[in-house]
Amino acid sequence: MMVIYGVALLSFCMLVGELVGDLLGELLDVQANVGGVGIAMLLLIFLSNLSPHKFRLNPITASGIGFWSAMYIPIVVAMAAKQNVVAAISSGWMAIIAGVAAVAASFLMIPVLAKLARDSNDDR
Amino acid sequence: MIVESLGGVLTANALITAFVFVGTLVWLSYWLSDKLTFGHLHGSAIAIAFGLVLAYVGGSMTGGSKGLADFSLLAGVGVLGGAMFRDFAIVATAFGADIEALRKAGAIGAASVIIGVVLSFTVGAVVAVMFGYTDAVVITTIGAGAATYIVGPVTGTALGAESGVIALSVAAGLTKSVLVMIGTPLVARRIGLNNPHSAMIYGGLMGTTSGVAGGLAATDPKLVPYGAMTATFYTGVGCLLAPSVLYLAVRAMFAA
Repeated sequence: MMVIYGVALLSFCMLVGELVGDLLGELLDVQANVGGVGIAMLLLIFLSNLSPHKFRLNPITASGIGFWSAMYIPIVVAMAAKQNVVAAISSGWMAIIAGVAAVAASFLMIPVLAKLARDSNDDR
Repeated sequence: MIVESLGGVLTANALITAFVFVGTLVWLSYWLSDKLTFGHLHGSAIAIAFGLVLAYVGGSMTGGSKGLADFSLLAGVGVLGGAMFRDFAIVATAFGADIEALRKAGAIGAASVIIGVVLSFTVGAVVAVMFGYTDAVVITTIGAGAATYIVGPVTGTALGAESGVIALSVAAGLTKSVLVMIGTPLVARRIGLNNPHSAMIYGGLMGTTSGVAGGLAATDPKLVPYGAMTATFYTGVGCLLAPSVLYLAVRAMFAA
């Protein structure tokens, strides 16, 4: 067992997800990837839980995935550092207000939806 | 001479330089979190805020569009923080996610994506109207930008909007993404963002992958896979709805 097996499995899942997301986008005739990362995540969860006896991830193999999972925050920090913050701030009030209002409305909606979902679960 | 060699080494090994740079930034942020805020403000939240401030500094000094990564010495930050590594790390977080939690919140997660796109679009469109725009293409493009900074230009291009309007839509989306990164840890407790269930709804409603990735990292990294899972469908759904159904709805209201 080697670390590269984990990295390769992770990479394989991502490529398949991106491919399916792209094809889905073309099928729906939109110029964007539809859920590529989400599909990749589902695939990784599926493969890593596949019948535990036949396909058990060895701890060393798993560490190849765990490393990248742990690199998540530094990568997000780098992502923040490469945003076009100047454009966001300097393009005038309308764009800023539109962005801020959309975020505020979405934040307010979270507890509403969470409560709705919980209530409908309780009914069952 | 030493300075020149150093510059040469750092640019030739851009990604490695970025590891050192980001590592130092993260270390400094966690140290500040511990010493100044006694852990109240999460280290990753401080690091992301630093990142954004530095992106502003970089952008205003170089005039480029990639923040700090426009300094040739720090070009590696752009690689490390680019979509490839971001998506790779997000997929990796799914390893160890609770399947049962995903299954339980699946339906509401899917619904939240559609609600989120329509909600952000509507809010953006209303703001555009309040600022005096009456052209359906302009209103739609700005509304789409309020969804994400990818939906905006995709929609604007599909509808034939002017480049100035597309730039506005990108700015609206960028504002949203930056605000989600900064705002999420601040409001997390008040909106009940502390379990996989609400994280999936959050990802679906917010939709900006960078914003959600940053916001959840700064709130509780354990929630990342759940929020990211739904957020990744948002841009696709937005690109599907905005130039079609939503544009037709806007046009019906603002017929020329």
